[in-house]
Amino acid sequence: MEALKTNFTVDAKGLACPMPIVRTKKAINDLNPGEVLEVLATDKGSKADIQAWSKSSGHQYLGTIEEGDVLKHYIRKASANEERDAANFETVASNEELQTEMDSNSDIVILDVREPAEFAFGHIPNAVSIPFGELEERIGELNKDKKTYVVCRTGSRSDMASQTLAKKGFTNVINVIPGMSEWSGPTAKKVN
Amino acid sequence: MKAMTAKEVTKKVINNEELFILDVRNETDFNDWKIEGRNFEYLNVPYFDLLDGVEPILDKIPADKELLVVCAKEGSSVMVAEMLEEAGRDASYLTGGMKSWSEYLEPVKVGDLKDGGEMYQFVRIGKGCLSYMVISNGEAAIVDATRMTDVFTDFAAEKNAEIKHVFDTHLHADHISGGRKIAEKTGASYWLPPKDAEEVTFEYNRLEDGNEVMIGSTKISIQAIYSPGHTIGSTSFVVDDQYLLSGDILFIDSIGRPDLAGKAGDWAGDLRETLYKRYKDLSGELVVMPAHFMIIEELNEDGSVSEKLGTLFANNHGLNIEDEGEFRKLVSENLPPQPNAYQEIRETNMGKISPDEEKQREMEIGPNRCAVR
Repeated sequence: MEALKTNFTVDAKGLACPMPIVRTKKAINDLNPGEVLEVLATDKGSKADIQAWSKSSGHQYLGTIEEGDVLKHYIRKASANEERDAANFETVASNEELQTEMDSNSDIVILDVREPAEFAFGHIPNAVSIPFGELEERIGELNKDKKTYVVCRTGSRSDMASQTLAKKGFTNVINVIPGMSEWSGPTAKKVN
Repeated sequence: MKAMTAKEVTKKVINNEELFILDVRNETDFNDWKIEGRNFEYLNVPYFDLLDGVEPILDKIPADKELLVVCAKEGSSVMVAEMLEEAGRDASYLTGGMKSWSEYLEPVKVGDLKDGGEMYQFVRIGKGCLSYMVISNGEAAIVDATRMTDVFTDFAAEKNAEIKHVFDTHLHADHISGGRKIAEKTGASYWLPPKDAEEVTFEYNRLEDGNEVMIGSTKISIQAIYSPGHTIGSTSFVVDDQYLLSGDILFIDSIGRPDLAGKAGDWAGDLRETLYKRYKDLSGELVVMPAHFMIIEELNEDGSVSEKLGTLFANNHGLNIEDEGEFRKLVSENLPPQPNAYQEIRETNMGKISPDEEKQREMEIGPNRCAVR
């Protein structure tokens, strides 16, 4: 499996509780909101603790990959403005509307602008992954004329992405609100 | 900052002492399983919520009570206890954490045998498992040994007794048996009910109804009674015509659950037959000594777990359900969650897998959950 792209890695292998979380907390303080941290640990208890800690500290626990004795945890740093109502881009669709469209129209593009690690732990099947931060440079990978649904976790990053696409001449862009945080349709994973 | 051992905490449990426990594991683990004591008070705040300091919880910790900080393996409790000491509080941490709590065995003498021998119960206080050692004239038999085998072999050595026989009343699903290991180490015979042993990968003696084994030179009999229900092979023992070792069939305040080998429906009838016919035919004077306790209220004053069979027929709800349909419902519906890793534990006890010690510890974490109430 290809390595998941993250912003920083904490190596807490061989360290016993509480050290994996102590190191994680320290590292996440130095990240920018929205960035993704990878934590390598061998302490089996770290899985439940990282999840619980992420929840209580407001960060987003993405998932854990087990490779032999090593647990690789992925956490995305909380960003304050993300839960804000994202209604700047005018053309929007609900999760349900997107699902209906998926069932009836195969000629659409679903663009997922979340971070690679978020995408890896669960995304809409056949969605295209381009993180918001890379969208401008990779915009050539997309077809301007296709009907494009943009999703992220809560509708905020996809709102900004939809604006970027429109500015670059995409004619049929729809922002999906809220997006993956409440997605109940089919999902696929890139990791075990 | 002081260390408190599982043995010291056990004394507090048995003596009904007061203790304030600050458990710094995550909420899920705490809600699943914790140190139980009649006069213990608890506060659960995960260590990772205390990394910036203990000030926010200081007013929730009474200053006039002995304070013990508990975590999974020790490390986090040491950290939090140090922070509490810096904040001016006396705090102890639990040596080895819940891991050592799960493994500690308290030997309690539960009775004398007619020829002068002795009967010991090993109370695994953290997990609720009970093992037994019958000692007579320099010989010993062990029933339902846990994997902490040194405790048993050291104890027998201290009593100058040679371990001759090791029994498991059934194939356990909640803990890893130490029976085979003790037998290998001491040359004792290892007995297992053949109906529970169909898939085992090792040699054993067939433990069957009517088997009788002598311990010591005088007549101490250990008589096997086939008593299916928790597993198809479950076997009880009458020791010295005084004690009924009931395995996981009958507990003090509950009865065995029939579903851990995946056959609740099939075995509910066996369980009823065993409890309501076979046990009913035994003398009410027999002292029941089960393989588990579930709640701290089942402990006697000396920390042992036992009660006369007649008293259980009067008081144990599971022995007093007249309607067969209702009984079947009790033992097959709304069962408590299954013990942690119970399939892997069964496979380990069959010899099919051989996890290392660390993995075995992890598999056994949590309560035994072998009963229905």
